Amino acid sequence: MIGKESAAGRAVKFTFLGGWLLFTVFPLYWIAVTSLKAPGDIFRFPLAYWPEQWSLENYSGLFGKADFGTYLVNSLVVATVAGATATAISMLSAYVLARFEFRSKSALLMAALVTQMIPSFIALGPLYLLMTDLRLVDNRFGLILVYVAVCIPFSTVMLRGFFENIPDALEEAAMIDGLSRFSALFRVLLPVMRPGIIAAFIFNFVNCWNELFLSVTLMNSDSNKTVPTALNGFISSFNIDWGSMSAAAVLTILPTMLLFAFASRHIVQGLTSGAVKG
Amino acid sequence: MSVASTSKTKTAAQGEGGTSGRRGLPRGGRRREFTTRRGLQIAAFMAPAALFVAVFTYYPMVAGGQMAFRNWKLTDLTDTSWVGLKNFRDVFADPAWGTVLTNSAIWVVGSIVPQLVIGFALALWLRRRFRFRGLYQALIFFPWAISGFLIGILFRWMFNSEFGVVNDLLQKAGLIDEPIAWLADPKTAMVAVLIANIWYGVTFFAIMILAALQSIPDELYEAAALDGAGKARTLFQVTIPYIRTTLALTVLLRVIWIFNFPDLIFGMTGGGPNNETHIVTTWMIKITQQGDYGRASALGLLVVAALLVFAVFFLLATRERKRVTQ
Repeated sequence: MIGKESAAGRAVKFTFLGGWLLFTVFPLYWIAVTSLKAPGDIFRFPLAYWPEQWSLENYSGLFGKADFGTYLVNSLVVATVAGATATAISMLSAYVLARFEFRSKSALLMAALVTQMIPSFIALGPLYLLMTDLRLVDNRFGLILVYVAVCIPFSTVMLRGFFENIPDALEEAAMIDGLSRFSALFRVLLPVMRPGIIAAFIFNFVNCWNELFLSVTLMNSDSNKTVPTALNGFISSFNIDWGSMSAAAVLTILPTMLLFAFASRHIVQGLTSGAVKG
Repeated sequence: MSVASTSKTKTAAQGEGGTSGRRGLPRGGRRREFTTRRGLQIAAFMAPAALFVAVFTYYPMVAGGQMAFRNWKLTDLTDTSWVGLKNFRDVFADPAWGTVLTNSAIWVVGSIVPQLVIGFALALWLRRRFRFRGLYQALIFFPWAISGFLIGILFRWMFNSEFGVVNDLLQKAGLIDEPIAWLADPKTAMVAVLIANIWYGVTFFAIMILAALQSIPDELYEAAALDGAGKARTLFQVTIPYIRTTLALTVLLRVIWIFNFPDLIFGMTGGGPNNETHIVTTWMIKITQQGDYGRASALGLLVVAALLVFAVFFLLATRERKRVTQ
């Protein structure tokens, strides 16, 4: 098919693949190991690659003094609600962009692309003023509204790729049977679209979960902070407490990593379906 | 795209109903009466998305854009008068501007080239099935689940001058005698942030290129083999030409994205030491934090202008791709 592999070729290939895997996994391993050392052992020579004594002290400290549980709940609520809302709204816009031809269509796609090109910092000041007027500063609902808007352009483009891969004979048959376009979308397309919807939701969720700058700008009080905002607080004071930081990093990474592991196939399909097919 | 758009205008002019024109369903004269209803349907389906993006993205963006031409400082909100191009002049007059621009170029090129090369190699080697390939792909996908800011922090810890694992490993390997203060020297700090970004970005290239590779028909390779083409010739004369447009699109998208990606540097060096690792977008954060929204907006508009140039390339590439496939 792609030509025979020589023994030497295979050796080079698997050395490279193995090396890259090591390079990819090692930083994650290292932060996890750091977080599981006793706070004093982190700064002890020689550096231990496999600690003799494991400790959960960094984690217990995180929930004791820094109220990390509140931040986790805030992030979970905001990312889940915003991710789901954005996915639902993007379903509708993606459907129209995949199935209809109309004059302003390319302008709409361009408008979606432009949002990805403009650095969000240009909008932060006015957004803060707008949210003040709406009385939504330091308010989780307000942050959710903003995140929904942030997620919509990309998940629309992503879902559009999935819709285009589904033959429209499917919903046309349903519409000939007397269903409206809306109910055809929900009863016939939704089940087929499940991988796409899962991928879009996970992508949105992870984006909201990881978002830093908007959250720093809009959330002031400690009880409303999301995880990235809290992490940012850990480094503002120039002396970083690496024990707490590593534990917090692990707790931040773990949920999104599990989601990606669960859905990496769907996400890959979502990313490539739009760009690669002719 | 050019072919598609001519047929599109024709469809619109005839007022054909929805998808039927494109797919050639025999609905005949009934289409015209549905035009209004069809317009309403499109509007209704688009409305929620348009509303959200208009209010929370476009309005603040436009409002922020006009700040670039005003004296807009948080320190003194009584005077927000128009100042023309003063903010832009301030941007260019800043002594750090040269460093910021150079760093941005290094940041984009130094990230993109290794990401592309390593991503390409990974994709070529992942094309053929082997045991645990699925698991392998899932594992190298992990960096993508992590925020840029947090990646900055992971690598900040690893490049720590005293207790960092990078120095420890290099010393164990005998490559250095003394620990290097990576993040304290602008040159090594830039190398360190680039390594972190390569770690992060290779996966995206690997995924996109692998998908493109899998779309190449086997017959092409068989023909090349019959012609006696070796590995290198097959790569440069069959593989790369076939996926050229995907490559171009992926690179351009990534350039836009990396240019606009302050998070990693923000988390890793905060632009330091001594403002020497700032790129345009981290510089913008710093100026925003100083409260000079006017000048930060001017910087933002410069970024938009630079990236629009890339968008033009992007659209040209798309256009060519459509023409090839039709």
